[in-house]
Amino acid sequence: MGLKAPPSPFSFQSAGGVSLDPKTLLQNFINGLSLGSLYALIAIGYTMVYGILRLINFAHGDIFMMAVYFALFFVTLAQLPWYLAAILAVACAALLGFTVDRIAYKPIRNAPRISALITAIGVSFFLESLAVVVFSGIPRSFRTIFPQSLNEMIIIGGEMEVKYGREVIVGGIRFPVISLITLIVAAIALVFLWWFIFKTKVGMAMRAVSLDIQTTSLMGVNVDRVIGMTFALGSALAGIGGILWAIRYPQVWPYMGFIPGMKAFVAAVFGGIGSVPGAVLGGLILGITEVMMVGIMPGAAGYRDAFAFFILIIVLSIKPSGLLGRPEIVKV
Amino acid sequence: MRKLFVILLVVFLSVSALASIKVGAILPMTGGVAAFGQMIWQGVELANELFPEVLGEKIEIVLLDNNSDKVQAVNTARRAIEQEGVVAIIGQVISSNTIAGGTVAEENGVAMVSPSSTNPLVTQDKKYVSRVCFSDPFQGVAAAMLAFNNMGAENVAVFVDVEQDYAVGFANYFKETANELGGSVFYEYYKSGDQDFTAQVSDAISKGAGAFFIPGYYQEIALIAIQARQLGFYEPIIAGDGAAVPETIEIGGDAVNGLYFTTHYDAGSPAITENAKLFVEAYTAKYGEAPGTFTALGFDTYLVVRDAIERAGSTDREAIAKAVRQTKDFPAVTGIITIDENGDAIKSVAIVKIENGKFVYDTTINP
Repeated sequence: MGLKAPPSPFSFQSAGGVSLDPKTLLQNFINGLSLGSLYALIAIGYTMVYGILRLINFAHGDIFMMAVYFALFFVTLAQLPWYLAAILAVACAALLGFTVDRIAYKPIRNAPRISALITAIGVSFFLESLAVVVFSGIPRSFRTIFPQSLNEMIIIGGEMEVKYGREVIVGGIRFPVISLITLIVAAIALVFLWWFIFKTKVGMAMRAVSLDIQTTSLMGVNVDRVIGMTFALGSALAGIGGILWAIRYPQVWPYMGFIPGMKAFVAAVFGGIGSVPGAVLGGLILGITEVMMVGIMPGAAGYRDAFAFFILIIVLSIKPSGLLGRPEIVKV
Repeated sequence: MRKLFVILLVVFLSVSALASIKVGAILPMTGGVAAFGQMIWQGVELANELFPEVLGEKIEIVLLDNNSDKVQAVNTARRAIEQEGVVAIIGQVISSNTIAGGTVAEENGVAMVSPSSTNPLVTQDKKYVSRVCFSDPFQGVAAAMLAFNNMGAENVAVFVDVEQDYAVGFANYFKETANELGGSVFYEYYKSGDQDFTAQVSDAISKGAGAFFIPGYYQEIALIAIQARQLGFYEPIIAGDGAAVPETIEIGGDAVNGLYFTTHYDAGSPAITENAKLFVEAYTAKYGEAPGTFTALGFDTYLVVRDAIERAGSTDREAIAKAVRQTKDFPAVTGIITIDENGDAIKSVAIVKIENGKFVYDTTINP
């Protein structure tokens, strides 16, 4: 019996074809909005930490993952109601961010920026490996942790039909309830951060730190506490993003933060790193283009992550500071 | 004091080296397909408890974790052979890992017996890599028969994980049979670790798919099923042995109810051998629940390797590798195993359905 070898995986990729059905395009736009809202929310925390500290916190995606595990265990082991578990998990994420800063970043505050970047990558690997050791590497289900009604779909249009003995709605444009909530949460986060950074005393200290750490310190501001607050706030946002992500895609595993973290980073740079509205805009655009690209060219779906970076390169080559970023003035 | 410690250590090491035969088990205990590795390990451990000795010596299993990763698959194989000095290897689990790690087994002339890698390339042109499961040319036929004959689908969307040799091969064999049966098939693509499949699902619905076939692994199967149901796809969903772990149900929930898949074994199927009865009894006594497919495959792989060592009559790697290839009519849990000259086992495919969150045995398709 001669066995035929299957062709190489790459032979599939060229098998393209373009699909431009208007209804599917609209549905994919909505699908993209749903994914993009999650990217946006995660990107907000990313960009805030960068805007204030000029540090790309690669551990952001791993704090996102840790928060989901916290929520999972608060519900399954501690038997807490879901809303309490969510609040506690976000608080724990904030505490974790604060601790990471104290242990890993504080000792190298005055070192060159590259040291901080490498430390951030180290923290990211440490948290991932810690999760594998403590929580085991098997993916867990997040499905029953939060109310199932969050994953219901809002359906516009469509017809009632009986299929396999059940009355169901066929067709229509569909949007998950959880994505609507994600959009609202992202909007609230946006307004809250604006208020916090521009209207409070701590926010003023944060802005001062972003301009010049040493001078701020000389003015009598406790710089370490301000930076710790920044990390706590950024990590809390990562935690909120993580929990909403896990409700939409209900599986939890130690490396779940890697790709969302990467995408949020792209979204933040894309929108202009340091700019909070830019991060939201970048996240939405990234999500929509990514899903639309797969919808239009189904044959190229394997390249979706590469595509995100491709858009990033294009945008940066046209507008190096990102969509809403301020151009950096370099003093010679 | 230190001298004494060193002497004790040397004595201990030499005693443990003398008194046991080392067999490697290279499994994905972490990473994307960890559920397979964990289940197979349960089976290997159970078999080791029930049959701990061969040639009058203890069998020591050296467990190595390949992280579900191709690069680690090579590194762990090298470590097992060069540092741990194993006489044979149980593993690896998913096809892409066994293909990668198998090259090391070939170079060093050590038998590698996979419990579950079904892609033909796993054993093709290999002398030392074998498997105790069926391969995808047959699983593809069985899945296509299930989709087109039993379920009457006409146009099937096949979701292909472009990163997995298993998925690409399985999809192509499915398509071949589909064409012979007069059905039509189109592909949607994704890659391992993707979470959002809404674009592919929307595309498949707009192309009028009458069923989905997902020849991938459980994480993605569960997510595709959830998103398909959310986006208004009510037709049947079919998968392969990649769905045969409880995680499919835990993650998928209601969305995977009604899912059919082809697999190696189900504890609900009629037991044909003494080992099958023994296995189900011992497992149920130990864990208080029915065993899964991959646990049975792990159990069988251990038995096949132990049997080969016994027939080889020595711990010579070459002799053991030869004996593995000469396995004939071995009464295992998942069927009667005969390993042919290609290193493959010819076995029947079980069809299992998910009903109310439980695996329910449906039928068996014979080759």
